Amino acid sequence: MKTPDPEFEAECIRRILAGERQLFHDLIRPSERAIYFLLLSLLRNEAEAEDAAQETAIKVYLNLKNFRGDSQFRTWVLSIARNEGLGRLRKQGTRREDSLDAGTDEQTGDYTPAILTSWREIPSEALERKELGALLREAIDALPGIYRNVVLLRDIEEMDIRETAGALGITEGAVKVRLHRARALLQRSLAPRLKGFVPKRRGLFGGRA
Amino acid sequence: MRIDCKHVWQHISAYIDGEVDAALRADIDRHLETCEICSAVLDSTRNVVVLMADERVFELPVGFSERLHERLDRELELAGPS
Repeated sequence: MKTPDPEFEAECIRRILAGERQLFHDLIRPSERAIYFLLLSLLRNEAEAEDAAQETAIKVYLNLKNFRGDSQFRTWVLSIARNEGLGRLRKQGTRREDSLDAGTDEQTGDYTPAILTSWREIPSEALERKELGALLREAIDALPGIYRNVVLLRDIEEMDIRETAGALGITEGAVKVRLHRARALLQRSLAPRLKGFVPKRRGLFGGRA
Repeated sequence: MRIDCKHVWQHISAYIDGEVDAALRADIDRHLETCEICSAVLDSTRNVVVLMADERVFELPVGFSERLHERLDRELELAGPS
């Protein structure tokens, strides 16, 4: 994730509003990925998500003078993206199995993990990265929408809990609950298929050898 | 305090994020030392989290950024922030 820089953003916004329009490219660039993936999680269609991402960027530009600076810029941008996505869903009249605006997290559901004891014992046979991406996308796509959103912002875009809550308009507590459930569901569907695949990143199994 | 597997699973996500307090973390760590099942659940969950954060796994569509900025260029010429 590209870390947002509030001072750079504030300066950029001031100069854009003063007439240096071209600076908008630099302002929006660090948020592009998050905009796209949030919209993809809502719309579940790449072409539609891309079009909605472009519309979002234009709306951000046209409404720039309304940004108050009391939230992070990207949080504000993502709330515009979310509204764009939800508006399109409403227009499509999509009947969804779950309400994306739902503020409640009922206690039903089974979040028992997949039990496997051999995760670390099987030698890593290199799964093709493409294949891996397809597996992950498929598993994320199968999540209920309210969990998909959270996982997208928190785990794929690596936003913190507070920013994720702000972008989705839900409480931090709801982010934690949904994140936990989403990860449990993903572990259950993915762990048996990813057995033996150990991503290379320092400190992965560190700390409790 | 001794805690059971179910209790550990409830806190796995928070544990990975470093969001559990020191006492609970110590309980979980103690449980993990002897429980092969929970260790595997933790490792596999953490692997999934790490994989999702890998930018090479989740890539933007080819040409996405170029198309976005071309469209923005057209828009920037049309209107200033109103």
